[in-house]
Amino acid sequence: MIKEQPLTAARNGNGVKPSKRLAYATSRESTPANIAPSYGHFIGGAFVPSSSGETFETTNPATGEVLSRVATGTPEDVDRAVAAARKAYEKYWQPLSPARRAAYVYRIARAISERSRELAVLETLDNGKPIKESRDFDVPMSSAHFFYYAGWADKLEYAARGGHMPHARGVVGAIVPWNFPLLMAAWKIAPALAAGNTIVLKPAETTPLSALRLAEICAEADLPPGVLNIVTGDGVAGAALAAHTGIDKIAFTGSTEVGKAIQRSRAGSRIPITLELGGKAANIVFADAPLDEAIEGIVSGIYFNQGHVCCAGSRLLVQEPIHDEVVARLEARIETLRLGDPLDKNTDIGAINSRAQLERINELVAAGISEGAVLHRQSAAVPETGCFFPASFFTGVGPGMRIAREEIFGPVLSIMTFRTADEAIEKANNTRYGLSAGVWTDKGSKSMYVAGKLKAGVVWCSTFNKFDPSSPFGGYRESGFGREGGLEGLRPYLEFDV
Amino acid sequence: MLAFGSSPAVDAVMLEARAADFSKRSLKREAKRAAIDLAIRCIDLTTLEGKDSPGKVESMCAKAVHPGYGAPPVAAVCVYPNMVPVAKAAVAGTGVKVASVATAFPSGLSSLDVKLRDTEAALADGADEIDMVINRGAFLAGDETLVYDEIAAVKRVCGDVHVKAILEAGELGSYDAIRRCSDLALEAGADTIKTSTGKIGISATLPISLVMCQSILSFYRRTGVRRGFKAAGGIRTSKVALSYLVLIDEVLGGDWLDPDYFRIGASSLLDDLLLQREKERTGRYPSPDIIPKD
Repeated sequence: MIKEQPLTAARNGNGVKPSKRLAYATSRESTPANIAPSYGHFIGGAFVPSSSGETFETTNPATGEVLSRVATGTPEDVDRAVAAARKAYEKYWQPLSPARRAAYVYRIARAISERSRELAVLETLDNGKPIKESRDFDVPMSSAHFFYYAGWADKLEYAARGGHMPHARGVVGAIVPWNFPLLMAAWKIAPALAAGNTIVLKPAETTPLSALRLAEICAEADLPPGVLNIVTGDGVAGAALAAHTGIDKIAFTGSTEVGKAIQRSRAGSRIPITLELGGKAANIVFADAPLDEAIEGIVSGIYFNQGHVCCAGSRLLVQEPIHDEVVARLEARIETLRLGDPLDKNTDIGAINSRAQLERINELVAAGISEGAVLHRQSAAVPETGCFFPASFFTGVGPGMRIAREEIFGPVLSIMTFRTADEAIEKANNTRYGLSAGVWTDKGSKSMYVAGKLKAGVVWCSTFNKFDPSSPFGGYRESGFGREGGLEGLRPYLEFDV
Repeated sequence: MLAFGSSPAVDAVMLEARAADFSKRSLKREAKRAAIDLAIRCIDLTTLEGKDSPGKVESMCAKAVHPGYGAPPVAAVCVYPNMVPVAKAAVAGTGVKVASVATAFPSGLSSLDVKLRDTEAALADGADEIDMVINRGAFLAGDETLVYDEIAAVKRVCGDVHVKAILEAGELGSYDAIRRCSDLALEAGADTIKTSTGKIGISATLPISLVMCQSILSFYRRTGVRRGFKAAGGIRTSKVALSYLVLIDEVLGGDWLDPDYFRIGASSLLDDLLLQREKERTGRYPSPDIIPKD
């Protein structure tokens, strides 16, 4: 009765572009972010100026407006912070009963929830991401990580395989990137504190404000002074922290280049390191996939947070018969994405985090064009001030092109084709990275077969960008090592007697 | 051999994720005022109860034509076949259409002969639109041909009269089945596909509506013919109604934001839209008692 030919085969790739739209007025989030004109480092429970007295600006990338001035971290500042953390570890945090430590971490989790709107606005102002993402993802997920790890604090013996009570490592040095400033800080602070460590955190140069607000929250929660310390600054402070002999554990999220430098600088030492680095994830779409939903997964995979996502599905591998169909639908779909003011609740694509990142995106896009790929971009007007880049994708991408191999870290997708499942696996694994991957098919057995052969730390089947505090996240190969989230993310912060 | 092939698969996770996004769009000020009036113009103001009487239907029709406070008239009234003559007289000359449920609404479990006579009676009394129910029992038993043939037969009887095929999505059991029935109904000639009768627990939802609109979009891409969508049942507040406008806008495009292609079947929704309309006009919430009751 039913012909085998799917309805979709008869469609001819003529994407429908809406001719008139519902006029959404701008709808700006109005909660005040209460940003102070300047901030010092947060060391030993108080905000203190840089030893050099120097400060630098942090700006709103959507407008160029200066939001605040923060202290420029020096090696001396890092020394002070590490000393404060050591003192707090010995004097306050270690002697505390695990249940009391848990209570503090729960208190931080609740405070983040209670101040979620203010934190979301702050994150959007400093980072450029749409308010709907900071409101619905970054902040609630940050709170969820604190809640999750708070539960571990008095159950640490169950983290050991064999039953001996593990102990904390001591002082953790953590360096986090600018793409999810608060969430990446939470990923490190929550397990570190729950495991009984104290911590010195260096936020990214362009996005220090949410970590500083978190420091205020911790102070209001009466966290003992020195348990959490924040040193703001650029690579100088980061390098000083990573190389500091007074720390017992390094947790880094950021670029592969810096991750390699950290590992080189620590070669020969016994310090445990976890690195969560770059990615060039394959998002594999088979011809039998639920296509409307796969399009949503492609969009989420590359345009979430303007593509400033280490696990972004930035290489789309499409089975050849549906290539034209996918391209047509994606062209139509990106027209519905709203580009602009990140504080507008209707904005889907916000600002690129910095001028430097925008230049890097522009450079790689220019390389893609000059190497012969075809650029497709949404037709929305790009705001004249601030750093913006429209939702875009490349077709005609060759496997050796820079846009197929290098992490663009922007809203730019590279589309390639494959013929068979094994070819998809081979192409997906043909990268120096291995952080994430996506598989889209309606057939469960195929989904499991492909997922099992992908060299990626996380494989999403028929979805993308799904996170949970209990689920470990991390990479293969040059995407790093170690895991964050879940029991696997707790263990690096503990020392086990063998 | 039917004139249609298999239908694409639907996956619940990303479908529901996208559907949730529609209710997060924020419409304020002039955008909200325009959307409220558009929603009113797209309403099929409905009464489908055993206790419907001529007086009740006349009262509802009067409100459909003049909702009050300068609001535009609704698209249509939707009544049982017996009430078509009453409704027809009540809205005569106003531009408001009369839609009648037919085909043994709401179960649809009668012979095709009875369903066609039901339809013919409503047409003879002047119904402008027919809201038919599809044969869910036949679909769930695997007889897609019967489902298709019944819709096609009703459409033949209706000729140029607009046919809305009610899928009763809440009875179909999966998004795949909703997609399949949407494709079947459009292939069989339904002018509009409609989510629900409003008579069971699960009525219109955003994910169900998204699946159905994806089917309409596929049909349009394939044939160039624009078919309509009607969300019915459970839409009681302006906020929810506006999220449906967002769905239509973002999935089908602005050309569908028109009573010819989009309807909301509702009873109490109109009251809330009028309330919100007054609130937007005056800046304050009025007493609910200023809204005329039908």
